[in-house]
Amino acid sequence: MAANSSAITTTITAAIVDADRRNARDARADGAFRWIVTAAGIFVLLALAGAALSMLWGGREAFSTFGLGFLFSTEWDAVNHHFGALVPIYGTLVTALIAMIIAVPVSFGIALFLTEVAPNWMRGPVGAAIELLAGIPSIIYGMWGLFVFVPLMGEYVSPWLNDHIGALPLIGPLFTGPPLGIGMLTAGIVLAIMVIPFISSVMREVFLTVPTRLKESAYALGSTTTEVVWDIVLPYTRSAVIGGIFLGLGRALGETMAVTFVLGNAHQLTASLLMPGNSIAATIANEFTEADSDIYRSSLIALGFLLFIVTFFVLAAAKLMLRRLSRQEGAK
Amino acid sequence: MNASTHAVSDRLYRNRRVKNAIALGLSGLATLFGLFWLVWILWTTLRTGLAAMKPSLFTQMTPPPGSDGGLANALFGSAIMSLGAILIGTPIGVAAGTYLAEYARKHPIGEAIRFVNDILLSAPSIVLGLFVYTLVVRTSGHFSGYAGALSLALIVLPVVVRTTDEMLQLVPSTMREAALSLGVPQWKVTMQVLYRSALPGIVTGVLLALARISGETAPLLFTALNNQYWTHDLSQPMASVPVVIFQYAMSPYDSWHALAWAGAFVVTLFVLLLSLLSRAILLRNKASHD
Repeated sequence: MAANSSAITTTITAAIVDADRRNARDARADGAFRWIVTAAGIFVLLALAGAALSMLWGGREAFSTFGLGFLFSTEWDAVNHHFGALVPIYGTLVTALIAMIIAVPVSFGIALFLTEVAPNWMRGPVGAAIELLAGIPSIIYGMWGLFVFVPLMGEYVSPWLNDHIGALPLIGPLFTGPPLGIGMLTAGIVLAIMVIPFISSVMREVFLTVPTRLKESAYALGSTTTEVVWDIVLPYTRSAVIGGIFLGLGRALGETMAVTFVLGNAHQLTASLLMPGNSIAATIANEFTEADSDIYRSSLIALGFLLFIVTFFVLAAAKLMLRRLSRQEGAK
Repeated sequence: MNASTHAVSDRLYRNRRVKNAIALGLSGLATLFGLFWLVWILWTTLRTGLAAMKPSLFTQMTPPPGSDGGLANALFGSAIMSLGAILIGTPIGVAAGTYLAEYARKHPIGEAIRFVNDILLSAPSIVLGLFVYTLVVRTSGHFSGYAGALSLALIVLPVVVRTTDEMLQLVPSTMREAALSLGVPQWKVTMQVLYRSALPGIVTGVLLALARISGETAPLLFTALNNQYWTHDLSQPMASVPVVIFQYAMSPYDSWHALAWAGAFVVTLFVLLLSLLSRAILLRNKASHD
């Protein structure tokens, strides 16, 4: 009897010790797991910070040699080692601006069509087709631009612009130039096609968050579809719509391959949109492997740093504005 | 109501109707405008690419100008660097996504990481190439397939982080609670319950990331560079289809142009098939949940 009970006690004690051990093991494993995933999360933070710092480090020679003048000089002379970023900065901003002027109204139209106008059976397939445009690699846009679109621009569009708009005061000089086909305008149009799917899909998504009650109230008061979209949907989603536009802008600023093909890689500052130019990303893509001196390479990395900073702020603004709508949504 | 106010309200009503019709018509035109480019670009790639397709594309090396050849070394390089990028990016991405969804859902650090990840998601890819250049190529002293794979992994990472985070957040918390109440430790809950439930979503994310990097050119230009010959040594410069397309399309030679179009066709087809596949997985998953 006594032996029996002591055997039971031993078994129970063994079981308890075993369970304790297992608990300890589980706790250790839990701790290790938590540590691993936290490290991975921190890694994401470090990747972005590392990218910024490494480029600042790589571009330090250019920044210290040329100082602030780097931003305002139009010189790009690989032989005499004089580099200034104004031409690529100007090209980047102008092509992105052209892209936005085309892409924003078109994307708004697409979002409007897909949320209010199109019959239900059409919305899915058409929306998917537009999003397919975002999936095509940028090098394909570049090739298509160079071999198909550039000849058309050179043969038909540029001469037409020269004849009809080139003579106008103020905006005339923007549209006069040789019919090369390549140039700022071509690059801007190709960029516009590339960012349309991004902007329109954000707009479409946020338009769908507008409460049906609001829209139905307006319809019940006799509003037309246009009035509902303009006076109810847009004010409700304003910040997110601007966020979507900024997201597209961020893409347009940093796009490399498509622009490299059709921009012409010319370091010159011209008023005409029909002349070849350069953008930050295209300059880096074209010249980095050919850079034969440290200061040349450093200047290119410094350009990359500038691009990174600009897109960082544009994308951060986009995120903040998109978040505002989802906060508002969550608060309800 | 007299006749004149009637006329005024009629005119007002008609004006509004006309304005509405014009605006809606324009929205339809905008959609056609978008579809027009899609069809045009795909049609060009399909027609020109198919005309340039030939079996030797997959068996011969990239040729010098004027002679015959294929893209075998570039296809192999692309495949191996993409695979490397997925192998590096996926585990880190899944782990970071798990941290965001399971450990830091409302935490300020989690919010910060999510914010940075979203920026990384749309950051210019050429900038990531420069980053890897200064980090790897410069310190090791030469271009290499490793550097190429690493720069592609930086593009894979944010895509996987985002989808893992979103998919884990969709898993109902009752599932977590049920497993935890049975005494299952949290890492096991995550590995055996949550990942299983979120798997189709995570796989979709990886496929989308693969689609994105298979056409990516800019970060490879000065990390993996290019190589005219076959190599399976990742520490050597490596050819990839997009970089070869870039080099050949910018050249003045017709035979190189044809090869570039063939490469463009292969890449586009691959990317479109991947995005169809990922869509199908998502749809099937949705159907099984309903």
